[in-house]
Amino acid sequence: MQRLNKIALGVSAAALMAAASTTGAKADELTLCWAAWDPANALVELSKDFEAQTGTKMNFEFVPWPNFADRILNELNAGGKLCDLLIGDSQWLGGSAENGYYVKLNDFFDKEGISMDDFAAAAVNAYSTWPKGTPNYWALPAMGDANGWFYRKDWFEDPAIMADYKTKTGADLAPPKTWDEFKQIAEFFQGREVNGQTVYGAAIFTERASEGITMGATSVMYPYGFKYEMTPGAYDMEGAVNSEGAVAGLEMYKALYKCCTPPGYTDSYMGEGLDAFKSGQVAMMMNWFAFMPGMAKDEKVGPVTGFFVNPGQTVAASTLGGQGISVVANTDNMDGALAYIKWFANPEVQKKWWALGGYAVHKAVLNDPSFPSSQPFAADFLVAMNQVQDFWQEPSYASLLQAMQKRLHDYVVADQGTAKEALDSLIADWTVIFEDDGKL
Amino acid sequence: MDNDTGMIDRAATVAARATPPRLVRRVRGLSDKAIAWLFIAPTMILLLVINIFPLIWTIQLSFTNYRANRPNAEVVNVGLRNYERLLTDPDVWIAMQTTAQFVFWSILLQTVIGFSLAYLIDRKFRGHAFWTTVILIPMMLSPAVVGNFWRFLYQPQIGLFNYIVSFFTGVEPSSFEMLGSVSLAPWSIVIVDTWMWTPYVMLICLAGLRSIPDYIYEAAEVDRASPWRQFWSITVPMALPFIMLAVLFRGIENFKMFDMVNLLTGGGPGSITEVASITLKRQAFEAWRTGPSSAFAIILFVAVFGLANIYVKALNRVKQR
Repeated sequence: MQRLNKIALGVSAAALMAAASTTGAKADELTLCWAAWDPANALVELSKDFEAQTGTKMNFEFVPWPNFADRILNELNAGGKLCDLLIGDSQWLGGSAENGYYVKLNDFFDKEGISMDDFAAAAVNAYSTWPKGTPNYWALPAMGDANGWFYRKDWFEDPAIMADYKTKTGADLAPPKTWDEFKQIAEFFQGREVNGQTVYGAAIFTERASEGITMGATSVMYPYGFKYEMTPGAYDMEGAVNSEGAVAGLEMYKALYKCCTPPGYTDSYMGEGLDAFKSGQVAMMMNWFAFMPGMAKDEKVGPVTGFFVNPGQTVAASTLGGQGISVVANTDNMDGALAYIKWFANPEVQKKWWALGGYAVHKAVLNDPSFPSSQPFAADFLVAMNQVQDFWQEPSYASLLQAMQKRLHDYVVADQGTAKEALDSLIADWTVIFEDDGKL
Repeated sequence: MDNDTGMIDRAATVAARATPPRLVRRVRGLSDKAIAWLFIAPTMILLLVINIFPLIWTIQLSFTNYRANRPNAEVVNVGLRNYERLLTDPDVWIAMQTTAQFVFWSILLQTVIGFSLAYLIDRKFRGHAFWTTVILIPMMLSPAVVGNFWRFLYQPQIGLFNYIVSFFTGVEPSSFEMLGSVSLAPWSIVIVDTWMWTPYVMLICLAGLRSIPDYIYEAAEVDRASPWRQFWSITVPMALPFIMLAVLFRGIENFKMFDMVNLLTGGGPGSITEVASITLKRQAFEAWRTGPSSAFAIILFVAVFGLANIYVKALNRVKQR
């Protein structure tokens, strides 16, 4: 049966990869796969140094975010040879490690003197290790990232708007520190006329198909105390997933969606948020730190854009983004791929990576005294990376994520049931998945 | 005429001479049945490879816990567990209900509007050929184009659809969202599907109307039957098999509708427009639950096949009347 499945998968893969095979890896070529977004352009620029030093030609396969997981996981499942190196999402680690898609890097790190102690501990845990908390490394931390906030500094500093806000709320208009403050500010801007245009409070993630609403809602739920398990590794979700804090956090997210988003904002993620912010529709935008360098450089909105770290409530927390770089086990150019990892781990390369717009998490970069002032969002990035929390990284992450997408979207956007019911149903869904995996 | 026959005979003789003797001997040695098999073999092989083998394989997978994203994991036979879970899962039943509602309303509208248009076009007014072509344009477009095109039309801030509704009703254009509203999203899909596929129904109905001989109407007029009586006693019964055929084709297509729903709402908001095909895709290619999704595919196949068979029997009964 397994053999038959493998043969069928192989045949499908062969058909699917026929086009890709024309770019099959040569000994002096490497193909790096990642998502198509701003940092990918910075990596292309950075990799020119590697090409110059080694003579290896770098090819890149960048896939738009909504299709990234589908495209690349299909590739891995089918045993394709498209990617020699892969900057894959942190949640893929469990499955890719257990299915043998990634090369375990411990021996290589030991041989080359690459120490994980040189990288931020939170990043190593999130982007490199499986099982979690063990020193088994399947990736080198490549791109630190967390969910953060962009805001219209010019509106927040406009004397008339500030005075009006003070009159209406009794508080000073400033980047919010808590979700209560956030909602108050978002409500203040919702439907307001600014420069002759109707504007709205905030752009948040509501996307249904991939991961959007989960990444958005957890940014509010974590600060309210949402956890996945009562005891790490025990899969005891009752009381953690549906705790009072988790329910309150989810209710707050729905309240924000209802009160303060632009019309038609029912299925929106990174791109829609950027569009809404750049076109001057919203006062605040939830999005990944990865987009901040590009926004800061934007000639039109860069000068009027400020950044702030995810607000807290009962605890300080940010939703983790970011990825590690792994060597795909199926590569025909193992030596070249490992050479790239070795080159990328170099502190000087990491510094240049940050300078070009990539989020290096090497301590040589982060601990540099000039780092917090090196970019307008650098200090916030340090804060965020010290308080990140991530989704399950289990091999069944895709099923777990789909269940959460459904329950959250049903409650937040489609008005189905209560927050408690949504989270109770989520526990039921996740329980079935973990039972199937033999973990419960 | 004789000349023609003679030419054909000569051509056949030339062709026979041109055929290599070995091949002639071989073909001569074959029975009619063998030659018939020889001709249908390529089609049979293609059918087996493309249709039958995947179907059998899917049936086999539906009794396992197989996951395409875990090729190294042990594949365990789980018996009927996948079917049991699916048939007792309220979300699956909700998806089936959503599908049924979508099929019902879209086919109802397409049949009523399609038949009405066919009836009008059949009057053969001046320029009717031009208008027939214009009406057929939507069904010639790619569903991907139509889906994206209507997404823009439905956009609450800049979409033309909201402005047209606003023009006639006076409501604020951005005050309602066709794709994001729980109550309007299902209708947004029905509207687009109706816009796109009504011409198809119209075309089949038109064929039915044009197949009714004129002398029947002439006889009815001699008997002083009113146009209303002619419509209900001649037009509708004689066009009914065609209408039923259109309903069958559209029913099968809409039952497995995926592209339009995926492009317009992706099954949202929440799961309000999540038809069975979207649920199946999520299970199979996002959650990677290959075994259960195979079981779901088989359930859908049996449902469509069973309903279509019942319907075809009803259609045959109507034709025999």
